[in-house]
Amino acid sequence: MTYLPYAVAAWLFAVGLYGVVTSRNLLHQIISLSVAQSSTYVLLLSVGFHTHATAPVFADVPTTRAAVDPVVQALSLTDVVVGATVTALLLAIAVQVHKRTGSLDPEGT
Amino acid sequence: MTLRTRRAVFVVAAAVFAGLLLWGFGGLPRFGTFQGAYGLVLNHTAVPERHITDVVTAVNFDYRGFDTLGEEFIFFAAVVGVTVILRAQSDEAPGHIADYAFGRAVPPTSDAVRVLGLGLTPPTILFGLYVIAHGHLTPGGGFQGGVVLATGVLLIYLAGELDDLHGLYTVPALERAEAIGAGAYIAIGLVGLATGSAFLQNVWPLGRVGHLFSAGTVAPIDLAVGLEIGAGLVLLLVTFLHQTIVLRRTP
Amino acid sequence: MTVLETMSLLLVAAGGTCVVAVRDPLRQAMLAGFFGILLAILFFILQAPDVALSEIVVGAVAMPLMILVSLAKIRGGQR
Repeated sequence: MTYLPYAVAAWLFAVGLYGVVTSRNLLHQIISLSVAQSSTYVLLLSVGFHTHATAPVFADVPTTRAAVDPVVQALSLTDVVVGATVTALLLAIAVQVHKRTGSLDPEGT
Repeated sequence: MTLRTRRAVFVVAAAVFAGLLLWGFGGLPRFGTFQGAYGLVLNHTAVPERHITDVVTAVNFDYRGFDTLGEEFIFFAAVVGVTVILRAQSDEAPGHIADYAFGRAVPPTSDAVRVLGLGLTPPTILFGLYVIAHGHLTPGGGFQGGVVLATGVLLIYLAGELDDLHGLYTVPALERAEAIGAGAYIAIGLVGLATGSAFLQNVWPLGRVGHLFSAGTVAPIDLAVGLEIGAGLVLLLVTFLHQTIVLRRTP
Repeated sequence: MTVLETMSLLLVAAGGTCVVAVRDPLRQAMLAGFFGILLAILFFILQAPDVALSEIVVGAVAMPLMILVSLAKIRGGQR
């Protein structure tokens, strides 16, 4: 049970990858890719967690209190926003593909 | 290779790699017992050293500010890519601006949506500005606050028509705002170089812990990043909406 | 591990599976928004308020909106 977060991260990655590989619709592929991306956030934040520790914000708690790791949170934070913007880029490409070829099938049929 | 063959190959390869991955995860420390030295040191020294109470923002914009500069430029490049890809093609021209739905008549915006949109827009924009300005004190910062700002602008479109947004901005102004936000980050870093220390070194006055004017360069960088993310995301959404609602294929 | 952490992790795993299993992009957009909220709850429980704030505004607002607008453009072109 103490390895459940890592198992969930691995499962999310596998499920997202399965969606990308076996998809018949470009939009479905792009959203499955974002699910695979979210597995990295879950893994990073689970690695940095300390039991019975608080968030690394010391506005109202003294600095002697135990806090979780702030470095992995900084990594995930920017990644969430930037990942969504790259997904927007992929969606724009999908829209143009549909305009040019009339179909959203990655197989090309 | 047909779909069935590809699916079979994927399942076999995924099973092998999943086994390897889970075996590797077994070597990680137990959940909740991570003893990374960098995080522990930062938690104890960030507040007295930089007079900042949100250690995550300190890591983002001060200790690892250079990496965040790179991330910000990924965002910038992605927005540029979207505006280039979704520009008007040679067989498209701006048509009549109206929401349309495929195969049915579009009902007018209901009064409930209008009232909610009107009522929620000022608090959302204010909340976005608050999150940007207090990024070094409480959870928040340029990235989150910028997206909240863009959401506030978007509520105006949701409550009305796309035309209602046109009085708020022009696309060149949004592009300039985004570029100014990105450039200000570099300019603040160059101030560090000009005063004789490293690029993006925290050389501005540090102030008192817990006050709004504290933490040196982190607060101005927060504002610059908030401006860039807000303007960039509004530009992104407006490009998508322009593509869907305004541009029509000319026969 | 507490029951709260276990339940939120299992919900996230189930949510991710549902997002991929649904094949229609319109339903997927709604499920992706809900998946974003589940992720944000997990991030709060893991004591990461900054990341949770980011995930809420992006995953529940910006992402479904972009998917819906792209879908409207694609479906409109199919007339």
